[in-house]
Amino acid sequence: MQAPTIHVDIVSAEGEIFSGPATMVFAPASQGELGITPRHAPLLSLLKAGEVRVQTPDGEQHFFFVGGGALEVQPTKVTVLADTALRARDIDEAAALAAKQRAEEALRDKAGHITQAEALAELARAAAQLKLLERLRKLRG
Amino acid sequence: MPGTKEIRSKIASVKSTQKITKAMQMVATSKMRRAQERMRLARPYAQKMRNVIGHLTEANPDYRHPFLVRREPRAVGLIVISTDRGLAGALNANVFKQTLLLMREWQGKGAQVSLCLIGTKGLTFFRRLSVPILANVSHLGDRPHVKDLIGTVKVMLDAYRAGELDRLLLVNAQFVNTMTQKPAVEQLLPIEALDIEGLQEHWDYIYEPEAAYILDGLLMRYLESQVYRGAVENVASEMAARMVAMKAASDNAGKLINELQLIYNKARQAAITKELSEIVGGAAAV
Repeated sequence: MQAPTIHVDIVSAEGEIFSGPATMVFAPASQGELGITPRHAPLLSLLKAGEVRVQTPDGEQHFFFVGGGALEVQPTKVTVLADTALRARDIDEAAALAAKQRAEEALRDKAGHITQAEALAELARAAAQLKLLERLRKLRG
Repeated sequence: MPGTKEIRSKIASVKSTQKITKAMQMVATSKMRRAQERMRLARPYAQKMRNVIGHLTEANPDYRHPFLVRREPRAVGLIVISTDRGLAGALNANVFKQTLLLMREWQGKGAQVSLCLIGTKGLTFFRRLSVPILANVSHLGDRPHVKDLIGTVKVMLDAYRAGELDRLLLVNAQFVNTMTQKPAVEQLLPIEALDIEGLQEHWDYIYEPEAAYILDGLLMRYLESQVYRGAVENVASEMAARMVAMKAASDNAGKLINELQLIYNKARQAAITKELSEIVGGAAAV
Protein backbone atom coordinates (compact mmCIF):
# COMPACT_ATOMS: atom_id res chain seq x y z
CA MET A 1 0.00 0.00 0.00
CA GLN A 2 1.19 3.46 -0.78
CA ALA A 3 1.95 5.85 2.02
CA PRO A 4 -0.54 8.71 2.36
CA THR A 5 0.65 11.93 0.77
CA ILE A 6 -0.01 15.61 1.16
CA HIS A 7 0.14 18.16 -1.64
CA VAL A 8 2.83 20.80 -1.25
CA ASP A 9 2.96 24.17 -3.00
CA ILE A 10 5.90 26.46 -2.45
CA VAL A 11 5.36 29.82 -4.10
CA SER A 12 7.02 33.21 -3.88
CA ALA A 13 5.90 36.54 -5.28
CA GLU A 14 8.44 36.17 -8.06
CA GLY A 15 7.51 32.65 -9.10
CA GLU A 16 6.43 29.12 -8.27
CA ILE A 17 9.18 27.10 -6.64
CA PHE A 18 7.76 23.64 -6.03
CA SER A 19 4.49 21.83 -6.46
CA GLY A 20 3.87 18.14 -5.88
CA PRO A 21 2.96 15.40 -3.42
CA ALA A 22 4.98 14.65 -0.31
CA THR A 23 4.94 12.20 2.55
CA MET A 24 6.34 14.71 4.99
CA VAL A 25 7.27 18.39 5.06
CA PHE A 26 9.54 20.24 7.47
CA ALA A 27 9.37 24.01 7.79
CA PRO A 28 11.09 26.60 10.02
CA ALA A 29 8.06 28.11 11.79
CA SER A 30 8.58 31.20 13.89
CA GLN A 31 8.18 29.13 17.09
CA GLY A 32 10.51 26.31 16.06
CA GLU A 33 10.81 23.73 13.32
CA LEU A 34 7.62 21.94 12.33
CA GLY A 35 7.20 18.53 10.76
CA ILE A 36 3.95 18.10 8.84
CA THR A 37 2.51 14.75 7.87
CA PRO A 38 -0.64 14.09 5.80
CA ARG A 39 -3.92 14.82 7.62
CA HIS A 40 -2.28 17.41 9.84
CA ALA A 41 -4.71 19.74 11.61
CA PRO A 42 -5.24 23.12 9.89
CA LEU A 43 -2.46 25.43 10.94
CA LEU A 44 -1.27 28.88 10.08
CA SER A 45 2.14 30.19 11.00
CA LEU A 46 4.77 32.64 9.94
CA LEU A 47 8.14 31.30 8.88
CA LYS A 48 11.62 32.52 9.66
CA ALA A 49 14.68 32.18 7.46
CA GLY A 50 15.70 28.56 7.06
CA GLU A 51 15.17 25.47 5.02
CA VAL A 52 11.98 23.78 3.94
CA ARG A 53 12.45 20.05 3.49
CA VAL A 54 10.06 18.02 1.36
CA GLN A 55 10.06 14.21 1.32
CA THR A 56 8.49 12.97 -1.87
CA PRO A 57 6.75 9.55 -2.11
CA ASP A 58 9.64 8.07 -4.09
CA GLY A 59 11.87 8.58 -1.10
CA GLU A 60 13.69 11.65 -2.38
CA GLN A 61 14.33 14.72 -0.32
CA HIS A 62 14.09 18.24 -1.66
CA PHE A 63 15.57 21.21 0.14
CA PHE A 64 14.46 24.78 -0.35
CA PHE A 65 15.81 27.86 1.26
CA VAL A 66 13.27 30.45 2.33
CA GLY A 67 14.04 33.90 3.64
CA GLY A 68 10.85 33.87 5.71
CA GLY A 69 7.19 33.85 4.81
CA ALA A 70 4.01 32.12 5.84
CA LEU A 71 2.88 28.52 6.12
CA GLU A 72 -0.65 27.29 5.69
CA VAL A 73 -1.54 23.71 6.46
CA GLN A 74 -4.78 22.03 5.49
CA PRO A 75 -5.37 18.30 5.95
CA THR A 76 -4.52 17.52 2.33
CA LYS A 77 -2.49 20.54 1.37
CA VAL A 78 0.51 22.55 2.54
CA THR A 79 1.17 26.00 1.12
CA VAL A 80 4.42 27.79 1.76
CA LEU A 81 4.27 31.47 0.84
CA ALA A 82 7.97 32.20 0.69
CA ASP A 83 9.61 35.60 0.89
CA THR A 84 12.30 36.23 -1.62
CA ALA A 85 13.69 38.97 0.56
CA LEU A 86 15.10 39.16 4.04
CA ARG A 87 12.55 40.48 6.49
CA ALA A 88 12.88 41.82 9.96
CA ARG A 89 11.18 44.71 11.66
CA ASP A 90 14.33 46.82 11.79
CA ILE A 91 15.33 46.13 8.21
CA ASP A 92 11.90 47.07 6.94
CA GLU A 93 12.16 50.21 9.00
CA ALA A 94 15.54 51.07 7.50
CA ALA A 95 14.19 50.46 4.01
CA ALA A 96 11.23 52.70 4.73
CA LEU A 97 13.53 55.42 6.02
CA ALA A 98 15.64 55.14 2.91
CA ALA A 99 12.57 55.46 0.70
CA LYS A 100 11.51 58.56 2.59
CA GLN A 101 14.94 60.10 2.30
CA ARG A 102 15.04 59.41 -1.39
CA ALA A 103 11.80 61.28 -1.70
CA GLU A 104 13.02 64.20 0.36
CA GLU A 105 16.31 64.63 -1.40
CA ALA A 106 15.58 63.03 -4.71
CA LEU A 107 19.23 62.77 -5.60
CA ARG A 108 21.34 61.56 -2.76
CA ASP A 109 23.20 58.42 -1.92
CA LYS A 110 21.24 56.06 0.29
CA ALA A 111 24.38 54.55 1.78
CA GLY A 112 24.86 54.37 5.52
CA HIS A 113 21.68 52.46 6.26
CA ILE A 114 23.22 49.10 6.97
CA THR A 115 22.21 48.68 10.57
CA GLN A 116 23.17 46.03 13.05
CA ALA A 117 19.84 44.30 12.53
CA GLU A 118 20.51 44.07 8.84
CA ALA A 119 23.92 42.55 9.46
CA LEU A 120 22.44 40.06 11.95
CA ALA A 121 19.69 38.98 9.58
CA GLU A 122 22.24 38.60 6.81
CA LEU A 123 24.29 36.43 9.15
CA ALA A 124 21.27 34.27 10.08
CA ARG A 125 20.49 33.83 6.44
CA ALA A 126 24.05 32.88 5.58
CA ALA A 127 24.14 30.40 8.48
CA ALA A 128 20.88 28.77 7.35
CA GLN A 129 22.19 28.49 3.82
CA LEU A 130 25.43 26.96 5.08
CA LYS A 131 23.52 24.42 7.16
CA LEU A 132 21.50 23.46 4.14
CA LEU A 133 24.64 23.01 2.02
CA GLU A 134 26.24 20.92 4.76
CA ARG A 135 23.28 18.60 4.89
CA LEU A 136 23.15 18.29 1.12
CA ARG A 137 26.82 17.37 1.09
CA LYS A 138 26.26 14.69 3.74
CA LEU A 139 23.39 13.25 1.72
CA ARG A 140 25.55 13.01 -1.37
CA GLY A 141 28.08 11.12 0.75
CA MET B 1 27.05 67.20 -59.15
CA PRO B 2 25.94 69.84 -56.67
CA GLY B 3 23.71 68.72 -53.80
CA THR B 4 24.09 64.99 -54.28
CA LYS B 5 26.82 64.70 -51.69
CA GLU B 6 24.62 66.29 -49.03
CA ILE B 7 21.78 63.95 -49.91
CA ARG B 8 24.07 60.94 -49.69
CA SER B 9 25.36 61.89 -46.24
CA LYS B 10 21.81 62.50 -45.09
CA ILE B 11 20.78 59.04 -46.28
CA ALA B 12 23.72 57.54 -44.37
CA SER B 13 22.73 59.32 -41.17
CA VAL B 14 19.09 58.23 -41.42
CA LYS B 15 20.26 54.69 -42.08
CA SER B 16 22.37 54.62 -38.94
CA THR B 17 19.44 55.98 -36.92
CA GLN B 18 17.26 53.25 -38.36
CA LYS B 19 19.78 50.63 -37.27
CA ILE B 20 19.56 51.91 -33.70
CA THR B 21 15.77 52.02 -33.60
CA LYS B 22 15.59 48.54 -35.09
CA ALA B 23 17.97 47.20 -32.47
CA MET B 24 15.95 48.88 -29.70
CA GLN B 25 12.78 47.37 -31.10
CA MET B 26 14.23 43.87 -31.01
CA VAL B 27 15.62 44.29 -27.50
CA ALA B 28 12.24 45.58 -26.29
CA THR B 29 10.48 42.60 -27.89
CA SER B 30 12.55 40.03 -26.05
CA LYS B 31 12.38 41.97 -22.78
CA MET B 32 8.62 42.24 -23.11
CA ARG B 33 8.31 38.46 -23.42
CA ARG B 34 10.35 37.97 -20.28
CA ALA B 35 8.33 40.56 -18.38
CA GLN B 36 5.11 38.84 -19.44
CA GLU B 37 6.50 35.58 -18.14
CA ARG B 38 7.25 37.20 -14.79
CA MET B 39 3.71 38.57 -14.68
CA ARG B 40 2.45 35.02 -15.10
CA LEU B 41 4.78 33.69 -12.40
CA ALA B 42 3.57 36.24 -9.86
CA ARG B 43 -0.05 35.13 -10.18
CA PRO B 44 -0.16 31.91 -8.07
CA TYR B 45 1.36 33.68 -5.06
CA ALA B 46 -1.28 36.41 -5.04
CA GLN B 47 -4.01 33.83 -5.56
CA LYS B 48 -2.85 31.61 -2.69
CA MET B 49 -2.35 34.65 -0.48
CA ARG B 50 -5.91 35.78 -1.15
CA ASN B 51 -7.23 32.33 -0.29
CA VAL B 52 -5.37 32.19 3.01
CA ILE B 53 -6.42 35.72 3.98
CA GLY B 54 -9.99 34.83 2.99
CA HIS B 55 -9.98 31.78 5.26
CA LEU B 56 -8.45 33.77 8.05
CA THR B 57 -10.93 36.64 7.99
CA GLU B 58 -13.78 34.15 7.62
CA ALA B 59 -12.63 32.27 10.71
CA ASN B 60 -12.16 35.44 12.78
CA PRO B 61 -15.11 37.70 11.99
CA ASP B 62 -14.76 39.67 15.22
CA TYR B 63 -11.19 40.75 14.60
CA ARG B 64 -11.04 43.75 12.30
CA HIS B 65 -7.62 44.60 10.98
CA PRO B 66 -7.16 48.34 10.24
CA PHE B 67 -6.40 47.48 6.59
CA LEU B 68 -9.91 46.06 6.24
CA VAL B 69 -11.80 48.91 7.87
CA ARG B 70 -13.32 51.60 5.70
CA ARG B 71 -12.74 55.19 6.79
CA GLU B 72 -13.99 58.54 5.58
CA PRO B 73 -11.42 59.55 2.91
CA ARG B 74 -9.85 62.80 4.07
CA ALA B 75 -6.34 61.99 2.89
CA VAL B 76 -5.52 59.89 -0.12
CA GLY B 77 -2.21 58.33 -1.05
CA LEU B 78 -1.31 57.45 -4.62
CA ILE B 79 1.41 55.01 -5.56
CA VAL B 80 2.36 55.93 -9.11
CA ILE B 81 4.52 53.56 -11.13
CA SER B 82 6.40 54.98 -14.10
CA THR B 83 9.37 53.94 -16.19
CA ASP B 84 12.98 54.90 -15.63
CA ARG B 85 13.66 55.60 -19.28
CA GLY B 86 11.92 57.39 -22.09
CA LEU B 87 11.34 56.48 -25.74
CA ALA B 88 8.27 54.50 -24.80
CA GLY B 89 5.63 56.42 -26.68
CA ALA B 90 2.90 58.07 -24.63
CA LEU B 91 3.02 55.46 -21.87
CA ASN B 92 4.18 57.68 -19.02
CA ALA B 93 2.24 60.69 -20.25
CA ASN B 94 -0.97 58.66 -20.10
CA VAL B 95 -0.26 57.42 -16.59
CA PHE B 96 0.52 60.95 -15.40
CA LYS B 97 -2.61 62.34 -17.02
CA GLN B 98 -4.68 59.72 -15.22
CA THR B 99 -2.91 60.56 -11.97
CA LEU B 100 -3.56 64.28 -12.37
CA LEU B 101 -7.22 63.55 -13.03
CA LEU B 102 -7.40 61.44 -9.89
CA MET B 103 -5.66 64.11 -7.85
CA ARG B 104 -8.06 66.77 -9.07
CA GLU B 105 -11.02 64.51 -8.36
CA TRP B 106 -9.96 63.83 -4.76
CA GLN B 107 -8.94 67.41 -4.14
CA GLY B 108 -12.35 68.43 -5.42
CA LYS B 109 -13.86 66.27 -2.71
CA GLY B 110 -11.74 68.09 -0.15
CA ALA B 111 -9.25 65.29 0.39
CA GLN B 112 -5.51 65.77 0.75
CA VAL B 113 -3.41 63.95 -1.82
CA SER B 114 0.11 62.70 -1.31
CA LEU B 115 2.26 60.64 -3.64
CA CYS B 116 4.61 57.71 -3.62
CA LEU B 117 6.63 57.50 -6.81
CA ILE B 118 8.22 54.46 -8.34
CA GLY B 119 10.43 55.24 -11.34
CA THR B 120 12.51 58.25 -12.40
CA LYS B 121 10.06 59.72 -14.90
CA GLY B 122 7.37 60.10 -12.25
CA LEU B 123 9.78 61.87 -9.94
CA THR B 124 10.87 64.43 -12.54
CA PHE B 125 7.25 65.07 -13.49
CA PHE B 126 5.62 65.37 -10.07
CA ARG B 127 8.50 67.18 -8.42
CA ARG B 128 7.27 70.35 -10.11
CA LEU B 129 3.86 70.15 -8.46
CA SER B 130 3.30 71.26 -4.92
CA VAL B 131 2.11 67.86 -3.74
CA PRO B 132 3.88 66.08 -0.90
CA ILE B 133 5.95 63.11 -2.07
CA LEU B 134 6.20 60.62 0.77
CA ALA B 135 8.48 58.03 -0.73
CA ASN B 136 10.38 57.27 -3.88
CA VAL B 137 12.29 54.43 -5.43
CA SER B 138 13.77 54.33 -8.91
CA HIS B 139 16.20 52.36 -11.05
CA LEU B 140 14.44 49.08 -10.40
CA GLY B 141 15.64 47.89 -13.79
CA ASP B 142 13.90 45.45 -16.08
CA ARG B 143 13.55 42.91 -13.30
CA PRO B 144 12.00 44.57 -10.27
CA HIS B 145 12.42 42.67 -7.02
CA VAL B 146 10.03 42.58 -4.10
CA LYS B 147 12.84 43.50 -1.74
CA ASP B 148 13.41 46.83 -3.49
CA LEU B 149 9.77 47.76 -3.01
CA ILE B 150 9.31 46.81 0.66
CA GLY B 151 10.57 50.06 2.12
CA THR B 152 8.63 52.28 -0.24
CA VAL B 153 5.39 50.43 0.34
CA LYS B 154 5.95 50.39 4.08
CA VAL B 155 6.08 54.18 4.21
CA MET B 156 2.58 54.29 2.75
CA LEU B 157 1.26 51.45 4.92
CA ASP B 158 2.64 53.10 8.04
CA ALA B 159 1.00 56.37 7.07
CA TYR B 160 -2.26 54.49 6.60
CA ARG B 161 -1.92 52.77 9.95
CA ALA B 162 -1.15 56.07 11.64
CA GLY B 163 -4.30 57.57 10.16
CA GLU B 164 -2.44 60.01 7.92
CA LEU B 165 -3.96 58.31 4.89
CA ASP B 166 -7.47 56.93 4.60
CA ARG B 167 -7.19 55.46 1.17
CA LEU B 168 -4.33 54.07 -0.87
CA LEU B 169 -4.47 53.74 -4.63
CA LEU B 170 -2.08 52.23 -7.14
CA VAL B 171 -1.69 53.77 -10.60
CA ASN B 172 0.27 51.92 -13.25
CA ALA B 173 0.20 51.10 -16.94
CA GLN B 174 -1.92 48.03 -17.50
CA PHE B 175 -0.70 45.58 -20.10
CA VAL B 176 -3.77 44.82 -22.22
CA ASN B 177 -1.87 43.44 -25.18
CA THR B 178 1.19 44.29 -27.23
CA MET B 179 -0.53 47.18 -28.98
CA THR B 180 -2.56 48.52 -26.06
CA GLN B 181 -1.44 49.70 -22.66
CA LYS B 182 -3.74 51.86 -20.62
CA PRO B 183 -3.40 53.49 -17.23
CA ALA B 184 -5.15 51.51 -14.51
CA VAL B 185 -6.15 52.58 -11.01
CA GLU B 186 -6.53 50.01 -8.29
CA GLN B 187 -7.51 50.47 -4.68
CA LEU B 188 -5.00 48.90 -2.33
CA LEU B 189 -6.35 50.08 1.00
CA PRO B 190 -8.75 49.51 2.58
CA ILE B 191 -8.94 46.03 1.12
CA GLU B 192 -12.52 46.00 -0.09
CA ALA B 193 -13.48 42.54 -1.16
CA LEU B 194 -11.14 39.65 -1.49
CA ASP B 195 -11.88 37.42 -4.38
CA ILE B 196 -12.60 34.25 -2.42
CA GLU B 197 -14.90 32.23 -4.58
CA GLY B 198 -12.83 29.08 -4.15
CA LEU B 199 -13.79 28.68 -0.52
CA GLN B 200 -16.06 25.74 -0.11
CA GLU B 201 -14.86 24.46 3.21
CA HIS B 202 -14.67 26.46 6.39
CA TRP B 203 -12.48 25.72 9.33
CA ASP B 204 -10.40 27.41 11.92
CA TYR B 205 -6.66 27.09 12.17
CA ILE B 206 -4.22 26.47 14.90
CA TYR B 207 -2.31 29.74 15.04
CA GLU B 208 1.33 30.11 15.76
CA PRO B 209 1.66 32.62 17.39
CA GLU B 210 -1.70 34.46 17.30
CA ALA B 211 -4.17 35.23 14.54
CA ALA B 212 -3.81 39.01 14.59
CA TYR B 213 -0.05 38.86 14.24
CA ILE B 214 -0.23 36.43 11.34
CA LEU B 215 -2.95 38.37 9.58
CA ASP B 216 -0.85 41.51 9.82
CA GLY B 217 2.14 39.77 8.26
CA LEU B 218 -0.01 38.26 5.55
CA LEU B 219 -1.77 41.49 4.63
CA MET B 220 1.52 43.36 4.37
CA ARG B 221 2.97 40.71 2.09
CA TYR B 222 -0.20 40.67 0.05
CA LEU B 223 -0.07 44.42 -0.54
CA GLU B 224 3.61 44.26 -1.40
CA SER B 225 2.91 41.54 -3.90
CA GLN B 226 0.21 43.74 -5.44
CA VAL B 227 2.67 46.60 -5.88
CA TYR B 228 5.24 44.15 -7.22
CA ARG B 229 2.70 42.92 -9.76
CA GLY B 230 2.04 46.52 -10.74
CA ALA B 231 5.75 47.14 -11.21
CA VAL B 232 6.22 44.03 -13.34
CA GLU B 233 3.17 44.86 -15.40
CA ASN B 234 4.54 48.34 -15.90
CA VAL B 235 7.79 46.91 -17.22
CA ALA B 236 5.87 44.71 -19.66
CA SER B 237 3.88 47.74 -20.79
CA GLU B 238 7.01 49.84 -21.11
CA MET B 239 8.66 47.26 -23.32
CA ALA B 240 5.56 46.82 -25.46
CA ALA B 241 5.18 50.59 -25.87
CA ARG B 242 8.84 50.97 -26.72
CA MET B 243 8.61 48.14 -29.20
CA VAL B 244 5.71 49.80 -31.00
CA ALA B 245 7.31 53.25 -30.88
CA MET B 246 10.60 51.93 -32.24
CA LYS B 247 8.83 49.98 -34.96
CA ALA B 248 7.09 53.18 -36.06
CA ALA B 249 10.41 55.03 -35.96
CA SER B 250 12.12 52.36 -38.08
CA ASP B 251 9.27 52.43 -40.60
CA ASN B 252 9.43 56.21 -40.82
CA ALA B 253 13.17 56.07 -41.30
CA GLY B 254 12.64 53.59 -44.14
CA LYS B 255 10.15 55.91 -45.81
CA LEU B 256 12.51 58.85 -45.41
CA ILE B 257 15.35 56.87 -46.96
CA ASN B 258 13.18 55.97 -49.96
CA GLU B 259 12.22 59.59 -50.50
CA LEU B 260 15.79 60.77 -50.21
CA GLN B 261 16.94 58.06 -52.56
CA LEU B 262 14.41 59.26 -55.13
CA ILE B 263 15.59 62.86 -54.81
CA TYR B 264 19.17 61.72 -55.06
CA ASN B 265 18.49 59.68 -58.22
CA LYS B 266 16.67 62.57 -59.83
CA ALA B 267 19.50 64.97 -59.06
CA ARG B 268 22.02 62.50 -60.43
CA GLN B 269 20.00 61.97 -63.59
CA ALA B 270 19.59 65.72 -64.09
CA ALA B 271 23.33 66.23 -63.74
CA ILE B 272 24.08 63.52 -66.30
CA THR B 273 21.54 64.92 -68.76
CA LYS B 274 22.96 68.37 -68.32
CA GLU B 275 26.50 67.16 -68.98
CA LEU B 276 25.42 65.23 -72.07
CA SER B 277 23.59 68.18 -73.54
CA GLU B 278 26.64 70.35 -72.90
CA ILE B 279 28.85 67.87 -74.75
CA VAL B 280 26.36 67.62 -77.62
CA GLY B 281 26.02 71.39 -77.73
CA GLY B 282 29.81 71.80 -77.72
CA ALA B 283 30.25 69.27 -80.57
CA ALA B 284 27.57 71.01 -82.65
CA ALA B 285 29.29 74.36 -82.24
CA VAL B 286 32.59 73.03 -83.66
